[in-house]
Amino acid sequence: MVGNLLIRGMIVGVLAGLLAFVFAYVFGEPWVDWAIGFEGKMDAMKGMAEEPELVSRGVQSTFGLLTGVIVMGAALGGIFSIAYAFALGRLGRLSAPGTAVVVAVACFVTFVLVPQIKFPANPPSIGNPDTIVARTGLYFTMLGTSVLIAILCTMLARSWSQRHSAWLSTLMGIALYAVLMGIAMKALPTVDEVPDGFAANALWHFRLASIGIGAVIWGTLGIAFGYIAERYPLAVESTAH
Amino acid sequence: MSTTSLTPKLNSGSVQAIPLGAIAPWAIFGLLLAIVGIYFVGAEQGATALFKGMYVHEFVHDARHLLGFPCH
Repeated sequence: MVGNLLIRGMIVGVLAGLLAFVFAYVFGEPWVDWAIGFEGKMDAMKGMAEEPELVSRGVQSTFGLLTGVIVMGAALGGIFSIAYAFALGRLGRLSAPGTAVVVAVACFVTFVLVPQIKFPANPPSIGNPDTIVARTGLYFTMLGTSVLIAILCTMLARSWSQRHSAWLSTLMGIALYAVLMGIAMKALPTVDEVPDGFAANALWHFRLASIGIGAVIWGTLGIAFGYIAERYPLAVESTAH
Repeated sequence: MSTTSLTPKLNSGSVQAIPLGAIAPWAIFGLLLAIVGIYFVGAEQGATALFKGMYVHEFVHDARHLLGFPCH
């Protein structure tokens, strides 16, 4: 039964990846190209030779991007379906599609929005190659912390809901998540490797596109998964009498 | 997550919760699968490498940047 949910999640995740590819190609790629142009100019000014292309830009921005976001979509779809399996019937009186949407919104905030506030996405030419190991470690630490604290706050909110209203318990859970993540952000070191002369506008649009891709993936997962749960409910998703 | 906090009040007339024991094995399997996928898109041939060269990194290069992973 849960296996079916997992398969559904991964298939919907592939769909989410396809839509995310379209979004990324239209709104993200122009800024990747811009950043690569900037990098080329900086290298030329320093008298550095152009880097040899192992994979052409044409492949990177199409098949490479498509492969990456579809694999990511399927992986996140799998994670989503497991979170949904835990949440189903455990979030007050929420229906199956309602649960899907709430879980998707929570995942978007937990996996994308909050980690990216601390460690935003960076286009090519930003980031010192010597610090890649440390930056990757910090990014995944932030991601893991966000997920663990979100799970903890959800469990606490559920236990509070025994004595308080669902509304108050939910707000208290969200408030606790915000406070704990604020502390985590202050505790982790800040990374700022934006080179001089990099257009602030390009950086803003690139980072917004990155958050937009996350919104497309999690939005598709919540809506499409919820629609399937409503239209073709599995035995676990039908309302008990 | 403890099952003891499940009250009949929360469940009456709504969807039944799936027992945690039924979710656990699929949760482990699904998470392992997801971690492998996320690793190859997000970190292989960047901070760490299972395969030599830079082909995986360069192929998923744009996705890695746009999905918000540190790339290089």
